[in-house]
Amino acid sequence: MPLLLSLLLAAAPLATLPEPQTAPVEETAPVDWDTVDWEREFGVVRKERDPVTGEIPLDPYPQSDANAGAASFKGETMARAFGGQAGIRKITDRALDLSLLDPRIEAIFAEHDMVRLRRTLFEQVCFILSAGCRYSGREMKVAHKGLGTTRADLNALVEHLQQAMREAGVPFPAQNRLLAKLAPMDRTITER
Amino acid sequence: MVCSLAVLASTSPCAARQAITFDSGKLILTNGVTTIEGSGGGGLATWATISGMGTGRAVGVSAHVTGLELPDFRLDTHGLAIGIHDRVELAYARQNFNTRQAGAALGLGRGFQFNQDIFSAKVRLAGDLVYGPALLPQISVGAEHKRGLDGGLVRAVGARQSVGTDFTLSATKLFLGASILASATVRFTKANQFGLLGFGGDKNAGRSVQFEGSLGLMLSPRLLVGGEWRTRPDNLAFACESDAKDLFAAWAISRRVTLTAAYVDVGSVATFAHQRGGLLSLQLAH
Repeated sequence: MPLLLSLLLAAAPLATLPEPQTAPVEETAPVDWDTVDWEREFGVVRKERDPVTGEIPLDPYPQSDANAGAASFKGETMARAFGGQAGIRKITDRALDLSLLDPRIEAIFAEHDMVRLRRTLFEQVCFILSAGCRYSGREMKVAHKGLGTTRADLNALVEHLQQAMREAGVPFPAQNRLLAKLAPMDRTITER
Repeated sequence: MVCSLAVLASTSPCAARQAITFDSGKLILTNGVTTIEGSGGGGLATWATISGMGTGRAVGVSAHVTGLELPDFRLDTHGLAIGIHDRVELAYARQNFNTRQAGAALGLGRGFQFNQDIFSAKVRLAGDLVYGPALLPQISVGAEHKRGLDGGLVRAVGARQSVGTDFTLSATKLFLGASILASATVRFTKANQFGLLGFGGDKNAGRSVQFEGSLGLMLSPRLLVGGEWRTRPDNLAFACESDAKDLFAAWAISRRVTLTAAYVDVGSVATFAHQRGGLLSLQLAH
């Protein structure tokens, strides 16, 4: 047995000696990597947009104003400071437009259903400001799951929201009162 | 060594060494300005903030120069700070305190300068200046090791040592709903005139607990105005030392440049009363 083992061990290197190397012959045409449909290669499934709303449908989820992640203001002061629903829509749209133009965070939004995000972000801010909306979106943790967003990303978005509010003429104290409602959500919307 | 070998052999994924990254991702002004002791804070009072513009995944750096012009003295400070993962701050500052004509009156010679090196470290323990629970402030502990360079002289006026260490515990919060920044710090110190006149004295040799507070109002994302109050020990028999206070405006000219102007009252300094004057500070941060 010891003899057999040592024979085997001695033979092993011989058995695994590589074939003499020859230059590999390229037989197929070189692949043009730019034209590869990577989504097909990796089996990415794209859902069709809803022909009416233009949004990509989601699996059903429990709907509640509580999903907005913050209690709404009492009274109409805040809604008025933001110019009502029309003013709020202008501000949330502008904040998202600025984010899409910002090289720091554009990639997060580029892969997103922006039609739906424009609607749900408007609803969320409108609900918190008591401007007469229900929030129909998902809760913050679920909505941001897998985005891998960081504190720096969040800060960039806050800067765009601040710019949008400033452009819309929202008084600075009112801007901060809205941000005070959003600030405690940081842990649920950033992941890294 | 084992790790680098393993990486070379590509056999096991070693904990990848994290590259040092700068993201300059803090919100504007939330890095604070720099105190005359080189730590992140207001002008006189230390805050719980970590210097530099880096967030929790990055490194930030800052540099400052400050001039404080008083009727009989002038204090110049400059320094560097590094903030690591918005968690640890390491800073160095140099203070040059010019006695001008007062130097002649004190028998030191006109324009005699007291100099001091300050090495400081601060660690954020909990909370966040802006985010998180609305009533949980950012809380940090710090140490400031001060090395005076005029040992013989400060001992001659009654100080026990020319080298000393202050310990600080700070809580700072931006109350967004009210646009108010509030900060409170407890300092355990035996420094005379910030340490420029040594540590401990003939009246009181040991450390005492002192308080420093800042209250500011945000007028825009780039402009904070407010006031500060800092109590100080009174250890030396030859000259009484009083509380220091200021009114300040900190203006972020851009994301990386902050200019602070203040009207400062440090009371009596080395028998010269009513030392009130202007402070100007420039901070560059990334």
